[in-house]
Amino acid sequence: MKIGIDVGGTNTDAVLMDGRTVVAWTKSPTTSDVTSGIISALKTIIADANLDVAQVDGVMIGTTHFTNAVVERKHLQPTACIRLGLPATVCLPPMVDWPDDLREEIGGHYYLAHGGHEFDGREISPFNEEEIRQIAQQIKDQGITAIAISSVFSPVNTIFETQTADIVREVIPDANITLSSEIGRIGLLERENAAIMNSCLRELAGRTVNGFKNALAEMNITAPFFISQNDGTLMNADFAAEYPVLTFASGPTNSMRGAAFLSGLKDAIVVDVGGTTTDVGVLQNGFPRVAALAVDIGGVRTNFRMPDTYSIGLGGGSLVERDPIKVGPRSVGYEITEKALVFGGDILTATDILVATGKADVGDAAKVASVGKDFASQVEAEIMDMTTIAVDRMKTSATPVPVVVVGGGSILIQKDIPGSSELIKPSHFSVANAIGAAIAQVGGECDRIFSLAEMSRDEALDQAKKEASDRAIAAGATPESIEIVDVEEVPLAYLPGNATRIMVKAVGDLKGS
Amino acid sequence: MGWQVGLDEVEAIAIGAGVLGTGGGGSTTIGRIRLRYELKNYSKTCQIIDVDDLADDDLVCAVSGMGAPTVSNERLSNGQEMVTAVHALEAHLGKKVAAIIIGEVGGSNAIQPLIAGLQLDLPVVDGDGMGRAFPELQMDTFSIGGIPASPFLLCDIHGNTVIFDHIDTPLRAEAYARSLTIEMGGSALLVMPVMTGAQVKAFIIRDTLSLARDLGHAVLHARKHQLDAAQTVAEAAGGKVLFRGKIVDLFRRTTTGFARGTMKIAAFQNADDVLEIEFQNENLIAVHNGEVICTVPDLITLVSLEDGEPIGTEALRYGLRVAVLGMPAPKQLTTEAALKVIGPAAFGYDNIPFTPLSL
Repeated sequence: MKIGIDVGGTNTDAVLMDGRTVVAWTKSPTTSDVTSGIISALKTIIADANLDVAQVDGVMIGTTHFTNAVVERKHLQPTACIRLGLPATVCLPPMVDWPDDLREEIGGHYYLAHGGHEFDGREISPFNEEEIRQIAQQIKDQGITAIAISSVFSPVNTIFETQTADIVREVIPDANITLSSEIGRIGLLERENAAIMNSCLRELAGRTVNGFKNALAEMNITAPFFISQNDGTLMNADFAAEYPVLTFASGPTNSMRGAAFLSGLKDAIVVDVGGTTTDVGVLQNGFPRVAALAVDIGGVRTNFRMPDTYSIGLGGGSLVERDPIKVGPRSVGYEITEKALVFGGDILTATDILVATGKADVGDAAKVASVGKDFASQVEAEIMDMTTIAVDRMKTSATPVPVVVVGGGSILIQKDIPGSSELIKPSHFSVANAIGAAIAQVGGECDRIFSLAEMSRDEALDQAKKEASDRAIAAGATPESIEIVDVEEVPLAYLPGNATRIMVKAVGDLKGS
Repeated sequence: MGWQVGLDEVEAIAIGAGVLGTGGGGSTTIGRIRLRYELKNYSKTCQIIDVDDLADDDLVCAVSGMGAPTVSNERLSNGQEMVTAVHALEAHLGKKVAAIIIGEVGGSNAIQPLIAGLQLDLPVVDGDGMGRAFPELQMDTFSIGGIPASPFLLCDIHGNTVIFDHIDTPLRAEAYARSLTIEMGGSALLVMPVMTGAQVKAFIIRDTLSLARDLGHAVLHARKHQLDAAQTVAEAAGGKVLFRGKIVDLFRRTTTGFARGTMKIAAFQNADDVLEIEFQNENLIAVHNGEVICTVPDLITLVSLEDGEPIGTEALRYGLRVAVLGMPAPKQLTTEAALKVIGPAAFGYDNIPFTPLSL
């Protein structure tokens, strides 16, 4: 059995799953110490399921705690960045594009050194051990122990970053070091930004992961536990303590993965109807289709990949206007249980409309008797139109595809959406996040530039797939379960020689799952 | 009339240069971060002058980045390449440069000259040689007008400057510069063309930096007031929205140095209504349900349907929701002589004649 926990800003959700079955679930408020909220959620599902905790094989936790720390500028540690690439890269120093308050919060310390590689693997300049030793000494003299190391084209060759880390560790034995090549892709500033944010979160991550451990220990749960990352895969707890930045943006991914699991579909459109908005996303091969644009976290550009979603102002709490008929974007939001007509309030909401048509049964139907049946049908048609247009925007072929509806406001969708092959409303839709965490796999990536003058395209693809698979296995996947879920090739523009950037992602099941 | 580029113009120029980039020219993301940083460092603005403010015997040169954007976004430049190269040019010719011009206003190369202007304390001329982005050196109005390719210079991150001063044809300039750029790590700083004020006046496409700024302001205005950004910017450019839809097919292949591709965009709620775009580094041909409706050198640009942000061909993805803008090329690009160099046939589309955009 597995336990999935989603620690959000407002609620901590927990689910207990036996294979594909949800045995118990709960929603409870997130507490400021995080730990006591998790303990309370665990107590509820253990009691509900009458669970012997020895039966738990693994605990998967999704959290926005580290993202929030950056957004709120809280619990961040002073950090130094060492970048290798001189004489290149001087034009833009590390953290140059950060908001001033965040840069000041962590001290804005950086050092440029020689080293780095060209796109084809040549050295930009030789590695200078003495230079690095002096930089490490200066960092030590300032009492800084959090250090991020970036080197130009380190996704192609990591050697200079690891050599630098070795020297820094000699000088500062208790240093916590993040290498940019371990977290990011090609694109120096974004990768370096991620490495620096990771470093400044390490202390908080250590404390938080310990808190999680203590919560589990208090419940006598001895099973290994994992934390979910932005691409929908898992990392083990000790790894997460070292790479907190990889949890950024994991929430929307977990939610869509949960929807995939609940519906049993790998390719579908997911319509997540909340109180105020509806987010439409696309599942491809069981994973969310990702957006093209860079993701901004707390004002800092990163190259993490977020699910591609399209949002409209339609939710269970959307205000309904009569003449002309209009639904949303204004909404009563979380106050729906006080303000909607069916709950004794005085505001006509989308939820009231569906009760008035007789298609939904929440609250007191007598309170919407005065809403005319014809009018309610017209509004329902408008709601369907809005949803249909949003779904159509995200569809990429004319072939009808299944539509999975999740979220607290999903009673709004009562009929098949034109262009869909079927409409699926799974049970337990409100804890899709925690379920997404519970069912996650482990993964590995390869992002490199290959010269197709030296090898065939197939050889390059095979090599990239092998690298990604090896990384997934190193992260804990069983070799026989490895699947390649994403392959992307982008030829380098404006350069002859058939240099092509190949990005491959592999995922697999955790050992013992 | 002259004007200034300060912090308030950076975002608009970067967006507008992206719109004029027709999918190519490289992302302006690094450029906008860098221009902001340099404006703060120098605590001054960059002065933009009208081309008529040049004296006929002024020495003027363009600066731009050459090579792969994927490389220049990873191996950021040293930052002093433009100063080093322009000083080397001055030493070589025994004359001071009076102003910087923009070689290519589309994409990242619109921004480099502004940084050079700040670093060298020189004004930048409002205008360029392309009015958009093109992939090769001979594809500009100066080369088409007969301005010799040499002298030209390449500078690497180490500060090595190479001067080419006996180049006989633009194609030789292109071939030498391209192979040296690869040796220099796939990205280098280019000083080309080098001209007199009189030559600039004869061949420049005027006021294209103002145009970039205005297009960018149109997008920002539309975002702020929740207007239709695609329609707003198309009107500002004197063009129109050719199509709205989502990318449903994307096919790329590499042939001798240049990435070629085809994308298929389907209309919302009518999958049979399809716009196909042939692109190499830039978008080149737009075909609507089998009919050619826009071709190079007219401008074809994809912008994000949600916020009007221009989308480069390197960022194309299956499922993106886009508006396709068609904008008429400047007159200098549609002469018979120009079309031989930058018409559809120059990009390998022998059977497609230049079809002026119907407005």
